[in-house]
Amino acid sequence: MSFDKKKIDLFAIDIRENIMRTIASKGSGHVGGSLSIADTLAVLYGEVMELDPKNPKKEDRDIIVLSKGHAGPALYATLALKGYFPLETLQTLNKNGTILPSHTDRLKTPGVDLTTGSLGQGTSLAAGSALADKLDGRGNYTYLIVGDGELDEGQVWESALFVSHRNISNLITFIDVNGKQLDGTTEQICNLGSIERKFEAFGYNALTVEDGNDTEQVYNAIIAAKAEKRKPSVIVLHTVKGAGINKYAQMANCHSLSVSGDDLSQILTELEEKRDQIRGC
Amino acid sequence: MDRIKMGEMELRKVFSKTLLELINNDSNIMYLEADLGGAMGTSELIADRPEQAINIGIMEANMVGVAAGLSIKGRIPFVHSFGTFATRRCADQVFLSGCYNRANVKIIGSDPGVSAESNGGTHMPLEDVAVFRAFPEMKIFDVAEPNLLKFVLKETSGEYGMSYTRFPRKSKMTYYDEQQSFEIGKGIVLRKGSDVTIIASGLEVFEALNAAEVLKTMGIDAEVIDMFTIKPIDAELILASAGKTGAVVTAENHNIIGGLGSAVAEVLVEARPVPMKRIGTRDHFGEVGDQKFLLNKFGMTSGHIVLAVQEVISRRDGQK
Repeated sequence: MSFDKKKIDLFAIDIRENIMRTIASKGSGHVGGSLSIADTLAVLYGEVMELDPKNPKKEDRDIIVLSKGHAGPALYATLALKGYFPLETLQTLNKNGTILPSHTDRLKTPGVDLTTGSLGQGTSLAAGSALADKLDGRGNYTYLIVGDGELDEGQVWESALFVSHRNISNLITFIDVNGKQLDGTTEQICNLGSIERKFEAFGYNALTVEDGNDTEQVYNAIIAAKAEKRKPSVIVLHTVKGAGINKYAQMANCHSLSVSGDDLSQILTELEEKRDQIRGC
Repeated sequence: MDRIKMGEMELRKVFSKTLLELINNDSNIMYLEADLGGAMGTSELIADRPEQAINIGIMEANMVGVAAGLSIKGRIPFVHSFGTFATRRCADQVFLSGCYNRANVKIIGSDPGVSAESNGGTHMPLEDVAVFRAFPEMKIFDVAEPNLLKFVLKETSGEYGMSYTRFPRKSKMTYYDEQQSFEIGKGIVLRKGSDVTIIASGLEVFEALNAAEVLKTMGIDAEVIDMFTIKPIDAELILASAGKTGAVVTAENHNIIGGLGSAVAEVLVEARPVPMKRIGTRDHFGEVGDQKFLLNKFGMTSGHIVLAVQEVISRRDGQK
């Protein structure tokens, strides 16, 4: 199957547009980490994952676990675009009575399979869910998205030992290496060193994506990960926090920001220009 | 007293036998062990049934998360560690991946309170019930009797939701016969009485029954309730019994802060306050020692219950 980069890049822009509309409607939110993972979500939901938005609980569906649960707006934008719920629902993010809480909740949002929010915990939940799929021979995949700052949590490494020991290769883990956490860079706060070598030492097949905001590179890594059955795979995405919107990508710290109506207008103009470039090429 | 007998099996043997039965009857039942199979008597089960029973390693946080993930896919996992590590070590995982996620995990914490004996203060859970009582929808069971343990294991496996069951691994005491019927959330009146209500759980039920015998010789007719379900607490029974006797003593193998005594007090103060006294550790850490020594040191023997009963009766009668 050939990869339609143009289609997926446009989908990633649609996701970014809706992330920003969502956050602007509330006035502030987790901008940086939502934007850095938008391209991977575009590839997963636009091309890779087996799912049916009309039947969100389909037995053999692929599953996504957003362990960096604060990137909820990115997943919500993606799910709305796929038709899990109306786009207008995005405007209710974090508002009273919403089905879209800041951190993903399986009981509130159609298309969300596991509740996360306490960093590190999504890794074990994903491992358990994928183990059940493996034992039952369902043949589906679980895609786990972990932040690089999240790797500070010991539970990530407990679950990595377990996943490797049990060869839960139907679980594919992404590390979103945008290099920044809430209070600064990962290098300043608790240097992670080589993430690939760490996971390799834990028994993983570690794949590097040099540009984790390039949809084709992400897609190729997923295909390579699926081809490896002898060990679980981790895809280390070298991304930019705030990717795809110039002023956030250049900011020293864009973890959580306020976004005004004026900001949104500028962003929408920028994204429209990018759409034109993609269509033109 | 006659009612308490020495059973044939330690509770850990009852546990592994019951678990095997559950595993044989339902392929969705799983058992995750944090490397205490030898201590819990489950090594054979893990060796024989690798599809359903796993020693996951010394990683309680991951164990609870994996169990929660399995349960979302329809598995029914039991997880075990010593009570300390099955609760406070992984409290946030139990809260978020378990309770908040509305998962279906049966947490087993062995050797509650003083039954940890020579493992000492580091391994002596006297706060486990308090921690989990504040977790919404969590069910909590304190058990030290084989027929009751079998019931709780079977019943919780069939009921969706998070639960925590604590029991002493090596206890062989029995005080129910096999015909005894139990119900989750319903205390058991082990002895009817009219002068005072003693509400106990776990191994303190033995002490309460012994105290009732001593009280009888003093002309005091004590009602003894086994409140094995600490959450949800049986408010109806507490209020009915306290309404009849007008004086209550609780006895728990736990800190008096946040456990059975607190749960009973909360029911009484909101509906029908009566003189009350709580038996349990009084905000102390545990320490190494045999059960008899520790019960005495922490003021948790039948003798201490007798003194507490005299105190609440005198307070009640002074109010008249």
